[in-house]
Amino acid sequence: MKHLPEDPMIRELVRAQLSRRALLRGAGGVGVAAALAACGTGGGTAATASKPKPAVKDRSASDKIVRWANWPAYLDYDEKSKKYPTLEQFQQKTGIKASYAEDVDDNDSYYGKVQGQLKNGQDIGKDVIVLTDWMAGRMVRQGYVQKLDKANIPNATNLNPALQDVDFDKGRNYSLTWQSGYAGLAYRKDKVGRELKTISDLWAPDLKGKVVVLSEFRDTVGLLMMEQGVDISANFSEDDFNKGLDELQKQVDSGQIRQVKGNSYLEDLRSGNAIAAIGWSGDILLARFEEEDDNYTFTLPESGGTLWSDNLMVPIASPHKKNAETLMNYYYDPTVAATVAAYVNYICPVDGAKAAMEKIDPSLVDSPLIFPTEADLAKVKGFRTLSPDEETTYSEAFQKVIGN
Amino acid sequence: MTVAAGIGLGERQAGAGAPPPAVTERRSRRKLTPYLLLVPGMAWLAIFFIAPIVTLLSTSTQTRPEGAEIGVFTQTFRFANYLDALEGYGPEFGRSFLYALLATVLALAISYPLAYAIAFKAGRWRNLLLVLVVAPFFVSFLLRTVAWKQILADDAWVADLLRALSVIGPQTHIINSAPAVVIGITYNFLPFMILPIYASLERVDPRLMEAAGDLYSSALTTFRKVTIPLSMPGIVAGTLLTFIPAAGDYVNSALLGNKDTTMVGNVIDSRFLRVVDYPTAAVLSVTLMASILVLVGFYIRRAGTEELV
Repeated sequence: MKHLPEDPMIRELVRAQLSRRALLRGAGGVGVAAALAACGTGGGTAATASKPKPAVKDRSASDKIVRWANWPAYLDYDEKSKKYPTLEQFQQKTGIKASYAEDVDDNDSYYGKVQGQLKNGQDIGKDVIVLTDWMAGRMVRQGYVQKLDKANIPNATNLNPALQDVDFDKGRNYSLTWQSGYAGLAYRKDKVGRELKTISDLWAPDLKGKVVVLSEFRDTVGLLMMEQGVDISANFSEDDFNKGLDELQKQVDSGQIRQVKGNSYLEDLRSGNAIAAIGWSGDILLARFEEEDDNYTFTLPESGGTLWSDNLMVPIASPHKKNAETLMNYYYDPTVAATVAAYVNYICPVDGAKAAMEKIDPSLVDSPLIFPTEADLAKVKGFRTLSPDEETTYSEAFQKVIGN
Repeated sequence: MTVAAGIGLGERQAGAGAPPPAVTERRSRRKLTPYLLLVPGMAWLAIFFIAPIVTLLSTSTQTRPEGAEIGVFTQTFRFANYLDALEGYGPEFGRSFLYALLATVLALAISYPLAYAIAFKAGRWRNLLLVLVVAPFFVSFLLRTVAWKQILADDAWVADLLRALSVIGPQTHIINSAPAVVIGITYNFLPFMILPIYASLERVDPRLMEAAGDLYSSALTTFRKVTIPLSMPGIVAGTLLTFIPAAGDYVNSALLGNKDTTMVGNVIDSRFLRVVDYPTAAVLSVTLMASILVLVGFYIRRAGTEELV
């Protein structure tokens, strides 16, 4: 909960300015960044897709550290001591020193930042990274992450069975879920003046120019496709995707949707520039809590919401894999997981955490946003993993529609 | 003209005949020293300018093989990449240069009177005013742009006031529009315009203006025929320092614009990070650089840079 702007793009840029190492990148703009990134990967002429094979020896036993890159406001934090209580406890318990950084605020920009080093099999200075399903899938496919040794993570059996067999990592050999969440309808009830129930409710004439949507196409186009009756977790066709995209294009062109730039939707909601949005569950809970305003409402559309998860992974060439696994094991302890969930308000992937929550905060035991029931989960779908060709085509088409 | 003169000078020197040997040795060492002094700068340029440019150029003609993994490209020397990108992103280029031009003209209109006042009329307030001009630099460029987002927001006083005065309609936004982007760019690059103009105005000898007056020139004519020509180096430097970064800017458009204000920088950002299409991003970067170079080249030829120090 550092005091950085909410929009990940701005946050990224502010941080780029603050960090000395990233100064060149921030000052020189994207052109320079592109050139340097290309430079770092040996001329940018990687013709083959061969997976990196670094010769790294695990130094976990002698080097008692673990370096963790996570998203902002994604771990229990104590404002008074300026520390992460569960992480402090981990250090005391295991003797492993943990350095924690809120380094990831956007899947794409994090990938852009580390891809060059990973491709060459270099250590990126992190032992645990947290990325969303589709990006996690890309990392696994490209061989940028290390296979986990489940013998070191006995608590991994606590992983919710529904998350056990994901299509991007069958059998969970490379990743473990950190938290999950929904995308759905987000709005300020007092300003809208009524309840919004379906995605089409966003296209009401009185909301013209007051609607914003996520710049993540799997969520925004995904929700539009679900309203059109498409199962986004099944093998839908390019036509299905394009129909969803056409609807988006229509609403963007007519000015119904104000703009789709970066992920600034939450800022727009808070400033009043927008009053209704396609947004993420945790963001809205956080806004409600921070603004002390119960009018911030999150609801799943009648046609269903999208479900995404962020995943813990060990990047290739990390010399502290065993320490990373020890860390994962610790966070899969139900009590620890419940402590984190009570703070971050996202869906907890650890079985047994609900029972443990009784002791931590009984008021949250029945929160559908932390411990959803079977019925809740039946209403949401995860976007299926796309092939590289599909991913490139869809993301290009989406960027064109939103004006990039 | 200057080049010809230089050659003539060289010939004259060569024609002076060979000096005695001892002197030659010392002289040749002396001749070598400037080149040795240039080595660090040249090495810096080679590593941080030439090498990236070469990789950028090489990336720009690569293509993504069908079905290949994301981020994998092969060198196919496909120069049609350039045609594709220009065809697809012509409007964005046009917009970048239009916004940069508007912002430069606006910044000049604001800066010149200000710089003039600081240089000739400010008296003992001069230093304080100069500090105020530079003061925004103490705050990050991004935070200043985010501040504009708040100032121009729908619920903020600027919009309220304009609405009350019926300058804009009840449904019109100021933020997320082309004017907002131009305002943002103008604001952000204003000091780069003020400072060079101030520097050249400050060096103008006031006695020249007095002399013009003594010769029965009106104030306006003095300004037009004496002050402006003498401050030309500042104007040229200021417009270049504003126009070049403004044409490549993408922050203002991203924060203050909408989908119809996309500039080339935004497309490069989205191509590089979102679509992971490095060749197109490289093509756009190269084209942007080349077109700025050409535009600036013409401008400098017309305006002259002899006194640009």
